[in-house]
Amino acid sequence: MTLFYLFGAVAVIASLLVIAQRNPIYSVLLLIAAFGALSGLYVLLDAPFVAVIQIIVYAGAIMVLFLFVVMLLNAPHEETEHDEKVHPLRRPGPMRFGAALAVALVVELLWALTRDGGEPAAFEAPAVSSVRTIGHVLFTDYAFAFEVTSLLIIAAMVGAVVLAKRDSHSGGASAPPM
Amino acid sequence: MTPLLIAQIGLTLFVFFMLLNSAAIMVYVERKVAALLQQRLGPYLVGPKGLLQPLADVIKLMFKEELRPKAADWFLFALAPIISAACAFAAFAVVPFGAQTTFFGLLKEPIKLQVADVNVAVLVIFAIASMSVYGIVLAGWSSNSKYSLLGGLRSSAQMISYELSYGLALASVLIIGNSLSLTDIVNGQSGYWFHVIPRWFIFLQPVGFLIYLTAGVAETNRAPFDFPEAEQELVAGYHTEYSSMSFAMFFLAEYINMVTVSAVATNLFLGGWHGPFLPEYLGWIWFLIKVAALLFFYVWMRWTLPRYRYDQLMTFGWKILLPLAVINLLVTAAGVLYFGV
Repeated sequence: MTLFYLFGAVAVIASLLVIAQRNPIYSVLLLIAAFGALSGLYVLLDAPFVAVIQIIVYAGAIMVLFLFVVMLLNAPHEETEHDEKVHPLRRPGPMRFGAALAVALVVELLWALTRDGGEPAAFEAPAVSSVRTIGHVLFTDYAFAFEVTSLLIIAAMVGAVVLAKRDSHSGGASAPPM
Repeated sequence: MTPLLIAQIGLTLFVFFMLLNSAAIMVYVERKVAALLQQRLGPYLVGPKGLLQPLADVIKLMFKEELRPKAADWFLFALAPIISAACAFAAFAVVPFGAQTTFFGLLKEPIKLQVADVNVAVLVIFAIASMSVYGIVLAGWSSNSKYSLLGGLRSSAQMISYELSYGLALASVLIIGNSLSLTDIVNGQSGYWFHVIPRWFIFLQPVGFLIYLTAGVAETNRAPFDFPEAEQELVAGYHTEYSSMSFAMFFLAEYINMVTVSAVATNLFLGGWHGPFLPEYLGWIWFLIKVAALLFFYVWMRWTLPRYRYDQLMTFGWKILLPLAVINLLVTAAGVLYFGV
């Protein structure tokens, strides 16, 4: 149980710090820490495969790409000194909307935490923890979703290649020797 | 403090200690073998036949001044070598190096010679290899120097490109081995065909072995794929601004990654600790011999082959190795389906 609180605390604190950082690189690293904590929670929920896949795919591949983008685009530090002195609901448009949304979310969270839980048997999911079972189910019951996901990924890859190629074409010179 | 717990803790400390030692041994082996390949002597002054040279190197590195560039992001600058070294050690935690043993009856039940026997061991190794990219990326970024940034980005791009072929080679072995646990895969390689040929997976997966080894060499930034740390050797790439023990930690991480890749290759393809003439509980000797052979191959390759240029390296990884790995996976799956394993 203490492991649950430990991982949960790390996940919550890291997630909150993600949006509280001025330096975007720190935000990315804190998000990776949050994913690590989530992976620990998956292990506690008896899903080691999902935990490892979370690290491989999310923390190991997607966040590396995020990090590349943040580094190469040289995202600046946020300039927020003036806005921080003003009450959240009086700040310019997007911040005001964000503050109102945060209030709404906190109210919902309190409501969800204080009402009675549903029936314990409401979620009758079969225990799908071993890799063999996941693979079997993935290719039989959820085969359609699997194939559609692969189509989405191919579409994204083709889109990325087309966008990257178009830039170097209009530039005229060859791509930088990177 | 049951004897089992003491044995587990002792095993963990032993593995940690042996990894550190292996890095030191690799330093010596690399210099000596490089020298002999280049027809010169190599270290021979410090200790008999130069065997204490790694000790001298460590002492020198410890006494060097620890530099930190003023414009560097101090937290990430200090964190990067820690991430590299920690991931290198962590990957070895799920690698078994011997059969179950009771240490000559001192323990009531046998323990596996493996720090943690998780049943998704192969994926854990892959996951930690993915995480070790961050050490290099952060080192390149936090040094706040153009050469470091470029070197770090190139090196990490190379690593994530070759991770794909690495994973597909692993997947091919998984189809044959029928399990994600390294202990099970090694135990599936015991026994002989026709009483002569051992049932190693390298005979079933020769192409897979070559793909795995090539991708492993590229993952550890070694041998013909060390462009990111060699071309800028004049300027040194992502570890330009590091000195003393931080630099030592990067190189420690590199050597231990080499050892891990060799150890995993031994377990997946070369039968782990199984071998003739020795009883089961001395299997770790065979494991050591096989890992040592692969490490020698690593060093041999470095000092024999010229290195790839960066664009050649990326072309090779994406256009040659990846399709080959996919085809290997398909052929393996078809073979298993047809012949049945």
